[in-house]
Amino acid sequence: MKKSMKKLLSLAMAIALAASLTACGSGKTSETTAAGEKAASGESSGAAASGEGSFKIGGIGPITGSTAIYGQAVMRGAELAIEEINADGGINGAQIVYNFQDDENDTEKAVNAYNTLKDWGMQMLVGTVTSAPCIAVGAESSNDNIFQLTPSGSAVDCAKFENQFRVCFSDPNQGAASAQYIGENKLATKVAIIYDSSDVYSSGIHDKFLSEAPNQGIEIVSDEAFTADNNTNFSVQLQKAQDSGAELVFLPIYYSQAALILAQAKQMGYEPQFFGCDGLDGLLTVENFDTSLAENVMLLTPFAADAKDELTQKFVTTFKEKYGETPNQFAADGYDAVYAIKAAAEKAAITADMDASAICDALKTSMTEISVNGLTGENMKWSKDGEPDKAPKAVKIVNGVYTAM
Amino acid sequence: MMSFISYFINGLSLGSVYAIIALGYTMVYGIAKMLNFAHGDVIMIGGYVVFTVVSTMGLGPVAGILLAVILCTVLGVVIEGVAYRPLRMASPLAVLITAIGVSYLLQNIALLVFGSNPKSFTSVVTVPALKLLQGKLIISGETIVTIISCIIIMIGLTMFIKKTRAGQAMLAVSEDKGAAQLMGINVDGTIALTFAIGSALAAVAGALLCSAYPTLTPYTGSMPGIKAFVAAVFGGIGSIPGAFIGGLLLGVIENLSKAYISSQLSDAIVFGVLIVVLLVKPTGILGKKINEKV
Repeated sequence: MKKSMKKLLSLAMAIALAASLTACGSGKTSETTAAGEKAASGESSGAAASGEGSFKIGGIGPITGSTAIYGQAVMRGAELAIEEINADGGINGAQIVYNFQDDENDTEKAVNAYNTLKDWGMQMLVGTVTSAPCIAVGAESSNDNIFQLTPSGSAVDCAKFENQFRVCFSDPNQGAASAQYIGENKLATKVAIIYDSSDVYSSGIHDKFLSEAPNQGIEIVSDEAFTADNNTNFSVQLQKAQDSGAELVFLPIYYSQAALILAQAKQMGYEPQFFGCDGLDGLLTVENFDTSLAENVMLLTPFAADAKDELTQKFVTTFKEKYGETPNQFAADGYDAVYAIKAAAEKAAITADMDASAICDALKTSMTEISVNGLTGENMKWSKDGEPDKAPKAVKIVNGVYTAM
Repeated sequence: MMSFISYFINGLSLGSVYAIIALGYTMVYGIAKMLNFAHGDVIMIGGYVVFTVVSTMGLGPVAGILLAVILCTVLGVVIEGVAYRPLRMASPLAVLITAIGVSYLLQNIALLVFGSNPKSFTSVVTVPALKLLQGKLIISGETIVTIISCIIIMIGLTMFIKKTRAGQAMLAVSEDKGAAQLMGINVDGTIALTFAIGSALAAVAGALLCSAYPTLTPYTGSMPGIKAFVAAVFGGIGSIPGAFIGGLLLGVIENLSKAYISSQLSDAIVFGVLIVVLLVKPTGILGKKINEKV
């Protein structure tokens, strides 16, 4: 009797374990169906507006799944820009038709979405939103010679091919941009760095920052690393930064470690200026985080919804009216991407009856000749290798909210 | 010099957390002769209990720690009863694998219940920071409390084992399980008590660990768990003062090598020291060499 009870118990444990495993699996299937429905409805609304003599712009990004917040923001930002342009007479007199497909931040689904759009007759692609799918789609689009402009794919390889451009800074270029920002705004001359040497994003930014710092009159007084296996105790790194007399501590890391660093700096009574990149975006959303710790932290992010310039104000108001939420940097990236395409298309004087390959060849050249005043930067220019050239923008956390500087 | 003292004290604080966790490892190993790899995850569960009680329910930190101690004790006894006791006669390898399984089970349960987003832990320590030498040397309240708790726990455990009947029973079971049973000692009960004490310590360690390094994820316990296991081996697994010394040494070596050699290589140096120690003294610093009887 006792033995069979035990067997029963271990069986129950095994079932519980199996159930917890399948729970993840079933979650994913339900997402897929939801995605299918959304994609289908998105396509039908696009098809309804389609007509002769119009440009077909496709979009790809995650609008379901764990990174849905990024994809939805880009989709809406781009949609807003396209509606404005269409109301204003379109590009070179032709209206834009827009078709956005879901990729759930999955490389395979992104390529499928790309093929769907190609069958639909896409002439230009705004996307994809996240880095890994962007790299996968890039291999296809360069093969087909279709113009691709990613709003937010920041990995280096997202602009690997000639037909690929991007709106956001690449990961390592955030390092150079941070150094420029600190130098130009004279935030500090003595800077300490704490970075994650086991992470490609963090070490990429770190390396570029290090090489750009001397050009900006910045002296690196302390350069300390941590690794993924040793990322809770920062007392030594902070102590070294403090002893070296650094006025500013540069944190090119993700927000979960940054939250720890801020808390430990407070424990030891150290209060320098902290400065981070877009990895810090999310700091204020950490559950139970004492936002007073983040007071005065600066981060390099291309867009602040409360900026006072006219363009941002107008964008934020329209976006709020239409979608009922405050736009984030991804929405701004999507918005700017569409306007960049408009500017390049007008410069190259392309027409809607040209095929995708001819448009791509024309845009490849004209992208490097335009200058766009967008939400994420004034006088944005592009180099031949697809990287944007714009002044970096930063925000400061004041009273627990992002404040434009 | 001032920074050396500061690195050293921070190392002691880190080492004290390792030591408290290592005490749990070493007791279970000494008495049940098994490596309880789920120990680190009991720490994580303790952390989540304190977090839920203090931050979500709004009760005081004392209530949080008490509840965490109670729940972790129950959890430890349940794990022992369900997962390890049926395997008492099986090969040590089977128990080891089960322990790894329990570790993953606990991590995944935490992942399902609390999600993967990190949570910021409100410190349970209310002791103010100590400012010495006109504010040149600041010792945080967490550091003070951690080091003192570690010393109290270590003394308490030694007294418990030396002075009480239950403690004597533990010693007897650890020396010879079969003989102890013949002498009328309840072996299963003694082992369950060991797990109860080890898990209660894990709850305290969880609260202290998360107060000093205030972030909580389902994987919070795994790396400190492994380091504490190393500390236990370092000091001589099975020996209570050994776990204490091993933990403190490990923390200090880790922090000093971070400070003076390389912040990236500190783990490599810690494990390198472990290898050297084990080459010279295979049973660890305070480990006893017991000759197998024929």
